[in-house]
Amino acid sequence: MRPRFTKAQVTAAILCAVLGFGAVTQVHQNSQSAYANAREDDLVWLLDELNGRVDQLRQENSQLEAQKSQLTNSADQAAAADQAAEQRAKTQGILAGTDPATGPGIELTIYDPAGKVTAAQLYHALEELRNAGAEAITLGAQRITASSWVAAGRTATATRPASVDVDGTSVSAPYVFDAIGDPDTLSVALNIPGGVLKQVTAAGATYNLTNQASLTITAVRPLATPHYASPAPTH
Amino acid sequence: MIAVIGLVVGVVAGLIFHPSVPAELTPYLPIAVVAALDALSGALRALLDGQFDDKVFVVSFLSNVLVAAFIVFLGDQLGVGSQLSTAVVVVLGIRIFSNAAAIRRRLFKA
Repeated sequence: MRPRFTKAQVTAAILCAVLGFGAVTQVHQNSQSAYANAREDDLVWLLDELNGRVDQLRQENSQLEAQKSQLTNSADQAAAADQAAEQRAKTQGILAGTDPATGPGIELTIYDPAGKVTAAQLYHALEELRNAGAEAITLGAQRITASSWVAAGRTATATRPASVDVDGTSVSAPYVFDAIGDPDTLSVALNIPGGVLKQVTAAGATYNLTNQASLTITAVRPLATPHYASPAPTH
Repeated sequence: MIAVIGLVVGVVAGLIFHPSVPAELTPYLPIAVVAALDALSGALRALLDGQFDDKVFVVSFLSNVLVAAFIVFLGDQLGVGSQLSTAVVVVLGIRIFSNAAAIRRRLFKA
């Protein structure tokens, strides 16, 4: 059948063309972007929602950041506390005589071939060193601590030198003191008139006192666990 | 027959030119297309019933498109644009379906 070009047919054709054109345009437009076709209200709503979500996430982020810095802080504090505790343990180890120590100091040797030096004089020397600020002291091979004591040992004979009893261990003459502290203060303290070295010399012994720029004390004594005392709670 | 040719010409023109829809017309074009589809289905039904009138077709086509676009415009002004355009699409969809059912009955006698 031949198409009849009546007015009705042409009008319908034009309108159909408009429809096809519009439909294709709309399909094309729709496939461009999900938001290109959206209404203003919907876009505003979407934007609001996104803004809310962003705020929420930002808040969460700052919370987590705060938590993180808190944790880092406490880790730092724990590390600092560890370091301080280690430092204190070292210091106390030196003072308690449980750790080896090194530093400037003096070396005092008292030669006593005749056995004239008494235990009290040696103890006097230890006291003098302590008073002068010696931080680590040895007498012979014995590390001297706050609880150290010196008692009379055997007297000198022709074949054996005299000895004293230091913390239960016999130490024979010559008596060698190693003390870590300010060398000048220590030697001045030992040399004061009427002091320990004068007494020792008066008793008939000789001594040799040298300042040491660097002295290492390796003798240690084991730490006894307190039997009766326990740390009191601090406030 | 010539109407089908017109439809094809319109589709081809759309494919070739890829016109971009002005931003202020974007909410109305889909509604207008659906309204035009309704007018077209109505015209097809009238044609099969032997009652087709070109004047009725032109007027119904244009008025459908304009009324649908106006309703959506009104909805946008009132702040219920998306709901009202949904309503228009539903109503026009129902009409298209009933027209399609009439055409089917006419063509297949079922």
